[in-house]
Amino acid sequence: MSSERTLTVARAGREAVMWEMQNDPSVFMLGEDVFAFGGVFGTADGLGEMFGPDRILDTPISETGFIGLATGAAMAGMRPIVELAFVDFIGVCYNAIVNLAAKHYYLSNGQVKVPMVLMLGSGGGYNNGAQHSQSLLASLAHMPGSVVVTPSNAYDAKGLMHSAIRSDDFVIYSGQKKVAGVGMLGTPIKTSMSVVPDEPYTIPFGVANIVQEGTDLTMVGVSWTVHQCIEAAERLQSEHNISVEIIDPRTVVPLDRDAIFDSVKKTGKLLVADEDYQSFGFTGEVIASVVERDPSVLSCAPVRVANPDLNIPYSRPMELRVLPTADRIVEESKKMLGL
Amino acid sequence: MKPTAAQRKAMYSDIVRSREFDDRVLELYFADKMPVFDLAKGVIPGEIHSSHGQEPCAAGTMPHLTLEDTITSNHRPHHHAICRGLDLNKLAAELMGKKTGYCAGKGGHMHIYSVEHKFSCSGIIAEGMGPAAGVALANKMREQDGIAVSYMGEAAANQGAFHEVMNMAGVYTLPYICIIEDNNWGVSVSKKASTAIERNSERAASYGVYGEYVEDNDCDLIFEAMSRCVDRARSGQGASILEIQTYRLKGHMHGDQMAYVPEEEVAAMKDCVIEYRNKLISEGVLTEKEAEEIVSQQKSEVDAAIQFGLDSPYPDPEDAFQNTYAGVSK
Ligand SMILES: Cc1ncc(C[n+]2csc(CCOP(=O)(O)OP(=O)(O)O)c2C)c(N)n1
Ligand SMILES: [Mg+2]
Repeated sequence: MSSERTLTVARAGREAVMWEMQNDPSVFMLGEDVFAFGGVFGTADGLGEMFGPDRILDTPISETGFIGLATGAAMAGMRPIVELAFVDFIGVCYNAIVNLAAKHYYLSNGQVKVPMVLMLGSGGGYNNGAQHSQSLLASLAHMPGSVVVTPSNAYDAKGLMHSAIRSDDFVIYSGQKKVAGVGMLGTPIKTSMSVVPDEPYTIPFGVANIVQEGTDLTMVGVSWTVHQCIEAAERLQSEHNISVEIIDPRTVVPLDRDAIFDSVKKTGKLLVADEDYQSFGFTGEVIASVVERDPSVLSCAPVRVANPDLNIPYSRPMELRVLPTADRIVEESKKMLGL
Repeated sequence: MKPTAAQRKAMYSDIVRSREFDDRVLELYFADKMPVFDLAKGVIPGEIHSSHGQEPCAAGTMPHLTLEDTITSNHRPHHHAICRGLDLNKLAAELMGKKTGYCAGKGGHMHIYSVEHKFSCSGIIAEGMGPAAGVALANKMREQDGIAVSYMGEAAANQGAFHEVMNMAGVYTLPYICIIEDNNWGVSVSKKASTAIERNSERAASYGVYGEYVEDNDCDLIFEAMSRCVDRARSGQGASILEIQTYRLKGHMHGDQMAYVPEEEVAAMKDCVIEYRNKLISEGVLTEKEAEEIVSQQKSEVDAAIQFGLDSPYPDPEDAFQNTYAGVSK
């Protein structure tokens, strides 16, 4: 019998890494500041001491090199977990991600597997400027060959991490910094914490979580914006008696298009919230997946609440204007509902 | 070239100015982030990488640069900006995200731009090198005066851009200097754990450029070494790597407890501001009284700048929509 524990997202994900490392000698971690520091966002907290420097490898600031190395180690049968603290840094190693890790399996006609996990920290909202606040979700999800998981809460974080490490595919595990619940970013978001079982469990890729059921409006959020949707829905419920259904796809690749479609079929209205730059991104993809199947399920035009295609300004009032906050979601929902 | 007495006083004044600024920023940073530490809170939010301990790397090199020369800095830019002569008011205001800041709040601590000072910085490791070398190339193509200098940490020498840009600086014989501030740490990873060789200046041999190592964090030694690199750049002899042994006194960023740094190493860290003051006084360049005057002068200018920042208005949220494109209108 285990007692009930409420964990943060970072803690829960780390627990899965720890279990897999204890049970599978082919799993190891490499990246910047993982050994002594435990990862900039706590993803490897204490693992260095537990597993030693041979399995928790600090790397130089050589991202194209170490992601390439991890790809090779995975091809050789290891299961590397790569930590890249900020997604913003993919610029210097995009080739290794897009042209190596994501392509080997296909180009070899299924002969060469890359069972590797790439952990990234995304998102803004803490005034860290344009090069340390991006989401870049579309830049990860656009290319074929990589799974992209985006946990919004601790329960999913653990289950998806087990699935990611055991997967024979290249998995990008995109954590949102404020959802992670790490020390330097204040009190963790309440709805991101969850009761997490001690024992290992997996969550399948491509199966959405219906965060709450509702009848008037469907909201689809991803990672941090799930929590913005929850807050917005609470306000719409209490102030306007609007019943919102919230869908958290949990993995954007593969995307549970059925769950989204089924929900919109029921509510007739769709709002999609995403922290990434709006154009050519997740919000458009979600809307397309409904409209392509049957536009008649929509009773009004779908709405996107995302970054309005702007680099992220440092200054607080400007950054808040750019972020897909609960305020913006409420405002857009009210317009949609004619309130 | 050795610095004159006046230049030495000026360098002392510069390191004091930078230190006073960083001290005030540190104080303000923590003043309003408690009880639960949150980077997003307070008048100076986000990550702050202070220059405590590394001031001579900027103070000793900048005197050789004119306003025709171009500088790119990194995620730890305060000492570079201050020793380059950027306006303290606008600097303080930018750190607070105010409308009166260098970038009207768009940039912040890691993204300070001053066109007048040909100064910019970027938070992606080693990525200041390409743009600096590019300015050097443009100057060379147009037969214009002006060299370019990029500042970075020792850990940045392991980034691909370092190798790529240094090689081109060698191939094109660019008037470019890469200054490496070796504080022995890249966040929590020591140089020994990340770097295959002891001295990054020795890498100069791989690119056919000049390399020099300054073994002490001392304004005078840095000044002299920089004069050699600048002479080469200005006289068409090409690029240099100038590596300086320095100290990171306050951790990687504010809030970093430095638990991973061995105690002996912390104990052995020298405070360049105290060291240089003592040196100048013992050599008769500066009297105690003059030193005090410099400190109080800089303190009051820094205080005024901080006050300017605090009193300044925030930008309008809608200002976020300005300046995405120079020509295209959406
Ligand atoms: C491409 C890239 N990778 C990682 C980081 C995260 N990062 C910021 S500063 C830093 C350490 C830099 O060390 P060094 O170059 O020695 O400069 P120092 O901080 O010591 O002044 C790291 C890893 C980054 N900003 N950019
Ligand atoms: Mg360093």
